[in-house]
Amino acid sequence: MDYFVELFFSGLTRGSIYALIALGYTMVYGIIGLINFAHGEIYMIGAFTSFVVASVLSIMGLPLLAIIVLAGLAAAIWASAYGYTIEKIAYKPLRNAPRLSPLISAIGMSIFLQNYVLLAQTSNFLPFPELIPDFEFLEPIAHIIGTTDIVILLTTAVSMIALLILIKFTRMGKAMRATAQDKTMARLVGINVDRVISNTFIVGSALAAIGGMLIASHVGQINFYIGFIAGIKAFTAAVLGGIGSIPGAVLGGFILGLTESFATGYVSSDYEDVFAFSLLVLILLFKPAGLLGKSSIEKV
Amino acid sequence: MNFAEIRRALGVALWFVFLTFPLMVIRVDSIESTIEWRWMNMLWVAVGSFALSLLTSWYFRRREAAVGKVSDKPPLAVRLRTWTADPARRLPLFGALAAFAIVFPFLFSSYQTNIMTTALMYVVLGLGLNIVVGLAGLLDLGYVAFYAVGAYSYALLNTHFGLGFWTVLPIGAALAALFGILLGFPVLRLRGDYLAIVTLAFGEIIRLVLENWNDFSQGPSGISNIERPALFGIELTLNQSITYLYFLMLLMVIITIFVVNRLQDSRIGRAWLALREDDIACQAMGIDKTKTKLTAFALGATWAGMVGVIFAAKTTFINPASFTFLESAIILAIVVLGGMGSILGVIIGAFILILLPEYLRALADYRMLAFGAILVTMMIFRPQGIIANVRRTYQFTRKDA
Amino acid sequence: MQQSNTAILEVKGLSMAFGGIQALNQLDLKVHGGEIVALIGPNGAGKTTFFNCVTGIYTPTAGDVLLTPPGQKTTRLNGLKPNVIAKRGMARTFQNIRLFQNMTVLENVMIGRHCRTSSFILGAIFRPPHTRREEQEIVDHSYAILEKVGLADVVNDFSKNLSYGQQRRLEIARALATEPSLLLLDEPAAGMNPQETQELDKLIRRIRDEGHAVLLIEHDMKLVMNLSDRIYVMDYGRRIATGTPQEVSADPAVIKAYLGESDDA
Ligand SMILES: Nc1ncnc2c1ncn2[C@@H]1O[C@H](COP(=O)(O)OP(=O)(O)OP(=O)(O)O)[C@@H](O)[C@H]1O
Ligand SMILES: [Mg+2]
Repeated sequence: MDYFVELFFSGLTRGSIYALIALGYTMVYGIIGLINFAHGEIYMIGAFTSFVVASVLSIMGLPLLAIIVLAGLAAAIWASAYGYTIEKIAYKPLRNAPRLSPLISAIGMSIFLQNYVLLAQTSNFLPFPELIPDFEFLEPIAHIIGTTDIVILLTTAVSMIALLILIKFTRMGKAMRATAQDKTMARLVGINVDRVISNTFIVGSALAAIGGMLIASHVGQINFYIGFIAGIKAFTAAVLGGIGSIPGAVLGGFILGLTESFATGYVSSDYEDVFAFSLLVLILLFKPAGLLGKSSIEKV
Repeated sequence: MNFAEIRRALGVALWFVFLTFPLMVIRVDSIESTIEWRWMNMLWVAVGSFALSLLTSWYFRRREAAVGKVSDKPPLAVRLRTWTADPARRLPLFGALAAFAIVFPFLFSSYQTNIMTTALMYVVLGLGLNIVVGLAGLLDLGYVAFYAVGAYSYALLNTHFGLGFWTVLPIGAALAALFGILLGFPVLRLRGDYLAIVTLAFGEIIRLVLENWNDFSQGPSGISNIERPALFGIELTLNQSITYLYFLMLLMVIITIFVVNRLQDSRIGRAWLALREDDIACQAMGIDKTKTKLTAFALGATWAGMVGVIFAAKTTFINPASFTFLESAIILAIVVLGGMGSILGVIIGAFILILLPEYLRALADYRMLAFGAILVTMMIFRPQGIIANVRRTYQFTRKDA
Repeated sequence: MQQSNTAILEVKGLSMAFGGIQALNQLDLKVHGGEIVALIGPNGAGKTTFFNCVTGIYTPTAGDVLLTPPGQKTTRLNGLKPNVIAKRGMARTFQNIRLFQNMTVLENVMIGRHCRTSSFILGAIFRPPHTRREEQEIVDHSYAILEKVGLADVVNDFSKNLSYGQQRRLEIARALATEPSLLLLDEPAAGMNPQETQELDKLIRRIRDEGHAVLLIEHDMKLVMNLSDRIYVMDYGRRIATGTPQEVSADPAVIKAYLGESDDA
């Protein structure tokens, strides 16, 4: 039974990270209908930035709490800046191009960023500093859920609530929802659609960066390739929940995380990634609209 | 160049300095607890982004100026075609090319010949993927899986059952085609962008299975001691065998060009193009979408399978690391750079992308960085590729003459 | 008028819903051989949706679609794929033009010949004599159709470079290449100037005289009144009137539906 509970919590932790990244996919897709292939790389860059900043600060001897906060902030800021820049360079010029063009451009961007980090930093795995100490009062349950997991779950929950507030109650959120529904109409009522698109990339990237930092401190190492696999998995989560749907992305993330956790726990850990990829293939074949997505018929 | 453009370029440079600061300037050695500050990198980023910004401003200004003015120069591909249409030019040109290709392995070292054989393999892979992506408009990101099917067919059939190269070549092709059909049947219903992701996932699944199913594929350590192809039962020395493979590949390239060219100008080739242009109109005009897509997919896979067999025979050792997503991305970059749908373009694209990094060793580290950049830049500045595809014109026989 | 009694197309109780919107509601319609029939109605009435359901692009929620090409058996088209329906003898044009933009004018029409020809991969690669003959037949037949619709001098242009009126005629040519017994035209005169509309009128008559029945959606009332043998009027997915042009234009329900519409009805 303990094993089951352990797998359950580890699935929740994984799932919450997938959900954080999946939100970026789903928001961008909802607004410009593009699979932002480079989104996984944003997450990787977030992890690297927080690694660099945390290391520098800890060498400088700052207190732990300050390191965590500053590293997280830096990761979010820089990842957002990358997301913003990528949209301007690789997608904006292609808004009216045939459908495959922005997709190919996104794939190119993803390969470019991977190799940029590889060249600028290293191809080796880097040990990620243990930012979150083990709290003593959690000792009795440490064998089923670690402190890091709890912190990850809490941070994810806070980020999601913040996103919910942003989308439901702010002007920017309303503009986003309007744009997602009908770009032309949004433009007609005076919404600056370009700005909304930029904001979407910024918010999505910040969430992915937080995810990147959390997973890096959970796993304990990073390299330039982590974004690729995480990207496909988060995309799977987004599709599973129904791409374009924000609650769907969260639901999809948790389902995927739990599936993976139980499958690797009870079946075989060699095929960890195969489970996720197979799940992706199965959903797209049998329920391409996802669990919470609306199926629509293309207008002819 | 005006003041506003320079100011903009300065802004861009500043932005990129900020953007790249944590990753380009700082490097932490976490074991020694030391920080390396690489300020020179910051300078490079600043200068580089400043120059690039000016360059793009200039390009867009020129393009804007050209709008409205109709260029009297026909596209490059048309000019090339008219130029080579004259037999007085054509015969010497093709003669010289053929002569060069034939004497190549005798003029250059076996090392060079090997590289050229590799380039020719990518020409065929590019032409194969071109059927799927360029002609039929299906973005297949798992193309390398079919290449792997070919390679592992030969490796396994050869090491376990001693089957020879020539026996396995058609078997590998057929198996790859079969895989293409099996995979294509369910996924080809999907929309373009989903298709891309699913093919990518399939490619990764196949690689992961090869990596983990030790009893079948010997896992990450791969399969070694695969036989080189035999020539009518004669044992060849290593050098002879390299030359032999070169000619084999050359023949394969010629056959591929011939076949793809014929396919392009056929009933089925037109159906592929129509499908790429508008799949709803295409179906409404009586074209079976599934069948047409499946043919393109299976034909593309066939070529990958054949090259896979040759690859295994050439290197005599294969492992799953040769069949990663990046391999698919390289082949895609060849097609995109050369020009989707254009045979000459794909050939040129393969030579540029495979030979350039080989001969400019200094560039080799930046190879994948460049491939990524090429995909983005081509989409933005020249989506039709170096050599745009041109449609042929037809002769009519009028009944009412 | 060489009207025959068997209906080429018979639609019974056709309904289509998108989420909450009932775009088609229990629609009945018939087209006989040798007829030109018009389907009219205000914007959003469901006319294009009707075409989409009949040609297999949408799957209707209820109803029957029966096609009986002259001298052939009746087939039920429900659930068949668009390409199968085209092959059975019904072809269409699109309201928002859907040509193959980066193909030449001639190639666009050649695509229409696809379902009447058969060469495949081996034929394409080895080009045996019968494939060559078939290819030449495709080219010649397509060219003849282009001459008929008046596009003979732009055969080798890319279709995206044609004028609006030319593109509409190319859509018709492409559909004709499939040898339909019934041709569906979705707003063929939209965007045409009066002279082009005049020529279109002649073209449609000629198409009818050559043995293709025509069902057309059109907002240009002058064209509709001149051309049609019978008219169906729909509003909110329902059929509100049917009859000859005279009967329909006198129908109070029709006048009411069009009242306040900016169309020149
Ligand atoms: N694919 C679709 N998804 C959702 N709603 C649709 C779809 N296609 C059509 N509709 C809706 O069905 C209704 C009928 O549309 P349709 O295009 O058939 O009208 P129409 O009579 O052709 O109008 P028009 O004269 O403007 O062409 C409209 O309310 C439209 O919004
Ligand atoms: Mg309509």
